[in-house]
Amino acid sequence: MKKICYILCIVLFIVSCSSSDNEGYTPVAVDLEIPEIFSSNILPPVIPNTNPLTEEGIALGKRLFFDRILSADETISCASCHSPQNAFSDNSATSVGVDGLSGTRNSMPLFNLAWNYNERFAWDGKELSLERQVIEPVQNPLEMHSDWDDVINKLQGHPEYPELFSRAFNTSTITQDLVTKAIAQFERTMISANSKFDRYSLGQATLTPQELNGLDVFLREDKGDCFHCHGNPNNPLWTDNDFHNNGLDATFTDLGLGAVSGDPNDNGKFRSPSLRNLVYTAPYMHDGRFQTLDDVIDFYSEGLQNSPTIDPLMKNIDQGGAQLSPEDKADLKAFLLTLSDPSFLTNPAFQN
Amino acid sequence: MKKFLTLLLVVFVCTNCSDDVDDIVNATQINPVFSFTHNWEGIPVTNANFNSVQYTNANGEMLSIERLRYVISDIVFTTTSNEVLELDAYNLVDVTNNNNLVFQVPFTIPIGNYNNVSFTFGFDNEDNSENYADLNSASFNVPDMLGGGYHYMQFDGKYLDASNSEAPFNYHAIRAVDNPGMSPTFPQDTFFTVNLGAVNITGETTFNIEVNLAEWFQNPNTWDLNQLNTVLMPNSAAQIQMFQNGQSVFSLGSVSQQ
Repeated sequence: MKKICYILCIVLFIVSCSSSDNEGYTPVAVDLEIPEIFSSNILPPVIPNTNPLTEEGIALGKRLFFDRILSADETISCASCHSPQNAFSDNSATSVGVDGLSGTRNSMPLFNLAWNYNERFAWDGKELSLERQVIEPVQNPLEMHSDWDDVINKLQGHPEYPELFSRAFNTSTITQDLVTKAIAQFERTMISANSKFDRYSLGQATLTPQELNGLDVFLREDKGDCFHCHGNPNNPLWTDNDFHNNGLDATFTDLGLGAVSGDPNDNGKFRSPSLRNLVYTAPYMHDGRFQTLDDVIDFYSEGLQNSPTIDPLMKNIDQGGAQLSPEDKADLKAFLLTLSDPSFLTNPAFQN
Repeated sequence: MKKFLTLLLVVFVCTNCSDDVDDIVNATQINPVFSFTHNWEGIPVTNANFNSVQYTNANGEMLSIERLRYVISDIVFTTTSNEVLELDAYNLVDVTNNNNLVFQVPFTIPIGNYNNVSFTFGFDNEDNSENYADLNSASFNVPDMLGGGYHYMQFDGKYLDASNSEAPFNYHAIRAVDNPGMSPTFPQDTFFTVNLGAVNITGETTFNIEVNLAEWFQNPNTWDLNQLNTVLMPNSAAQIQMFQNGQSVFSLGSVSQQ
């Protein structure tokens, strides 16, 4: 019994010691507020156990997102190419980096990223988590062209960041891992779920006959057949987040997923973007080749190009596509515009 | 301290008792497992075989498979006294992504003799009218003007057409529907029951289901891809032919028991 008492005392001592070592500021946990249109229809968001949301982490991520300190010459931030007024995309075909050079891809809009269940991000799926996605643009010579060690040194020497990291992650030692975690936390809060169509789905708004006919065009296999890749009223993400060759080119200058997977069957495949907020995110496609929504609809109607990896969901390829009438095109566009969520653009939580 | 040790002893004994009870329960109840393997007339098919025109259907058209996923639901065990144990579960078999090819039913059944085991291809009409977050997230829905609910199967690929060019096919099985729009009508049910026959369950059990994909194109209807290739969802006659051909697609390969 004496021995047991000694052991108990030692255990108690160790527990007490480790408790005092962990004393410090505890960040405030955040439960993501999930919109009804999502909670009633689709699976919960992906929040990694290794990076739970906290008030301090989200706030830090937001500050970093808008801070030019991440770029080599401190002239651009994440928000330079992912601007709130463009649904966190930009209005150029391919964005220009700190050296005045353009990249090869259109800036993807950022919203509802926590619902990308496969966690494959970017047009070609090369980024396997939101955290990992943050790494590349900071060091890409065509984007921020920074050295991560320099970025960490700048942040570590900053008068405020060490304290902000300390509050968010309980350490003032800043690392690349913590920077990516903070930005990913902020990005997971960027939710867009308040479009006219969302309100229609919830019984809070009505659609015009033209918009309803546009929905019909969107859903009909013998017309637009958009829904197999771009969601439907029961999948309000309006994307399958999967990879398809949608018939843009007969030959490829950009292999897309194929360059990532090394599988020639993936050549020319790119991730389906969400159709939410289209009105704010022009130009369109992975290379920003189409300036307007009309151009996009015309492409799917008459402009398809055949290639060995074109998705079998693309039909009437020899006639160029869906062959929509001018009325159906106009109605389809009217429907697509109901997916716009202007409140997302002005949400104070997402402004600098 | 004496009281403390006594309490510890009681907790220890109770914990062990409850383990024993669990063991007894576990020995008499099992979660059945259904494992799906796919073939084309006996030649194994996995997603590694996708995207290559290499299969020939009964009508002589060569084809490739690029996407294949389907739902099975309502697993039913019928006892020797004709008691029906219906396990209200479903599984999206996603061959494209190699997901859910092995499905452990999240309900238990007692060990013993059963006159029949069956499952439903697709959903019966009641289940098809429910809202499934996972299937919505997988964009497996059928538009409301086609009756709503879910695809039973999405089978996409390409075939060599009359000019020997690759052309797409979308063999999508759904509930057959006429008069698409606000008030669609349903000419007949197109989900179907797959009967696996009698089984004596003595322990953990896996039903190895073999899925011959060639049957979708040949029995009893010889499928002409030059005629029936895309836009088959609103084609109730095509849906009924899929229903008929589907009857011979699934079979029980073996039953593994531990």
